[in-house]
Amino acid sequence: MTAIQTSPTQPKLESMERRRRINLIVQYILMVLLAAFFLFPLVFMFVAAFKQDASVLSDSDSIKAFIPDADSFVGLENIRSASSRASVWRVFLNSTIISGFIVGLGLIVNSLFGYALARLRFRGRFALIATIVALIIIPFEALAVPLLFITAELGWLDTYHVQILPFIANPLFIYLFYTFFLNVPVSLEEAARVDGAGPVRTFVSVVAPLAKPAYATMAILGFLFSWGQYLWPVMVTRGVNVRPLPVGIGVFKTTPPVQWGDIMAFAALMTLPLLIIFLIFQRYFIQGIASSGVKG
Amino acid sequence: MTTATEEGRRNSRRGKRQESTTAKAESKVAWAFSSPALILLLAFTVAPFLLAFILSFTNQRLISPLPTRFVGLDNYIDTLSSANFWKGFFNNVWFVAVVVPVQTAFALWLAILVNRKIPGRVFFRTVFFLPVVTVMAAAAVIWSLLFNANGLINAIMETVTFGNFTVDWLNSTTWALPAMMLVGIWQGVGFQMVILLAALQDVPEVLYEAASIDGASRWQQFRNVTLPGIRNGLIFVVTVTMILAFRLFDQVYIMPRVPGGPLDSTRTMMLDLVETGFGAQAIGRGASIAIVFFVIVLSLTLVQRRFIREEGEVT
Repeated sequence: MTAIQTSPTQPKLESMERRRRINLIVQYILMVLLAAFFLFPLVFMFVAAFKQDASVLSDSDSIKAFIPDADSFVGLENIRSASSRASVWRVFLNSTIISGFIVGLGLIVNSLFGYALARLRFRGRFALIATIVALIIIPFEALAVPLLFITAELGWLDTYHVQILPFIANPLFIYLFYTFFLNVPVSLEEAARVDGAGPVRTFVSVVAPLAKPAYATMAILGFLFSWGQYLWPVMVTRGVNVRPLPVGIGVFKTTPPVQWGDIMAFAALMTLPLLIIFLIFQRYFIQGIASSGVKG
Repeated sequence: MTTATEEGRRNSRRGKRQESTTAKAESKVAWAFSSPALILLLAFTVAPFLLAFILSFTNQRLISPLPTRFVGLDNYIDTLSSANFWKGFFNNVWFVAVVVPVQTAFALWLAILVNRKIPGRVFFRTVFFLPVVTVMAAAAVIWSLLFNANGLINAIMETVTFGNFTVDWLNSTTWALPAMMLVGIWQGVGFQMVILLAALQDVPEVLYEAASIDGASRWQQFRNVTLPGIRNGLIFVVTVTMILAFRLFDQVYIMPRVPGGPLDSTRTMMLDLVETGFGAQAIGRGASIAIVFFVIVLSLTLVQRRFIREEGEVT
């Protein structure tokens, strides 16, 4: 309504524009500071991983902690030393095997169950859905002691499978697949069935390919959870043979002589796979976590 | 068997008899699909859960020649009268009291920052989220060096406070737990941010437009549009953070010289659980701690569901 009065609005617009620019600059400064807060421990770790042990400590109280320098650069010496003292590669392999089986078998088992609950009519289905929802709230820690008792009685301590079997079937992931399959249009499956495909073939060739986002979400969350597991392996592993990375680094940190360069190289090595996978599949990480939140 | 299914399906209108064979075949397939997960869940979730209740009323030990005996409520009485349990419980509560409000507010602030449509927001969102994909055990190790008496945190504190405040964080009974709170927030806030970001993006843009036409200030918009709009997301974040705080274990086991140290100042319920059930091999007593822990988590979840349902009824 005041559009005709050009002369007084012009400077007002300009000042608004200026305020917006200042706001924006302030926001960027804030975000850069915040980014520094989230990044500095990681940068510190990666820099220290390639530094002489003595320099890691002596540099750790100044900006030098974040700057690689030629004099104290030792290349891969730290990781070599850590691997000879703490069998880092063996422990890395253990974690890979354990997470690999948990995620790989979990994808099959949880998606099949989720599909059956969403699509197939059978007696007890609704009771099962309610049970799965109820099971989601049981935290693993509440099961750890009785599970320790069971697995010790079975003679399973210090094995891979004691670290794998309890985590394959996961109520949260079953529920994730269940809700996903509920929203997939039925017509495609019906078409496949009319063409004479049995339920197994329908699932493998029609349903599963459609569910790629759900599989990606479960794979990523499953890997994130299993790679970081700490409490359970502390209770069921003793030697280095089946020990996973988090326990490995916990033990290594307290094994004298404490050499921080080696410890940081170990930490960097166990962090790297998740960081790389995250940077490649970022979208799925964010979506997966956001969707787990919406469902509550 | 499978051909019968298809046949039945295709001609499902033909008659009741065929329909019932179809149903039977479908139910067979359903059980075949369900049973692997079902068996695993029964063996590794349902059975241990029921067993936790049973064991908590016995004197069961991990390896013991003595026969298992029913001891009534003895384990619960022992647990609830043990100094270690309450030390752990109150440390958890202290952790919740600080971390839940701070982390939730911080996460909301981060979510609002990266929700503005400005160049580079995806980059910042990624950076804020990076600690979430850092394994807690590794983060705990990095931060123990940062919190060293001569470490980086103290160097920063010295500069900021002009040398008035430095402390040997992890060897101080006062400051060890706050140090771990900071690690928890650093590692977990990105997770909360993502959930709140999704909630923010679900608030209809129209509401903001209407509010600004009505002349609402930025604060009023936040107070009357944003907060009610993301209510469920906030409730979820608060509950999850509380539950995670009661599960606190990795930091307190790795960061101090002795797990839960110094002088038990970072002891938590989960540390008590591990030390009792695994360390002291007192399975029965450990199970009673597990049940108490479960009751806490269950109550938090029920309160959360209640709040979220009320919201549903209002709208």
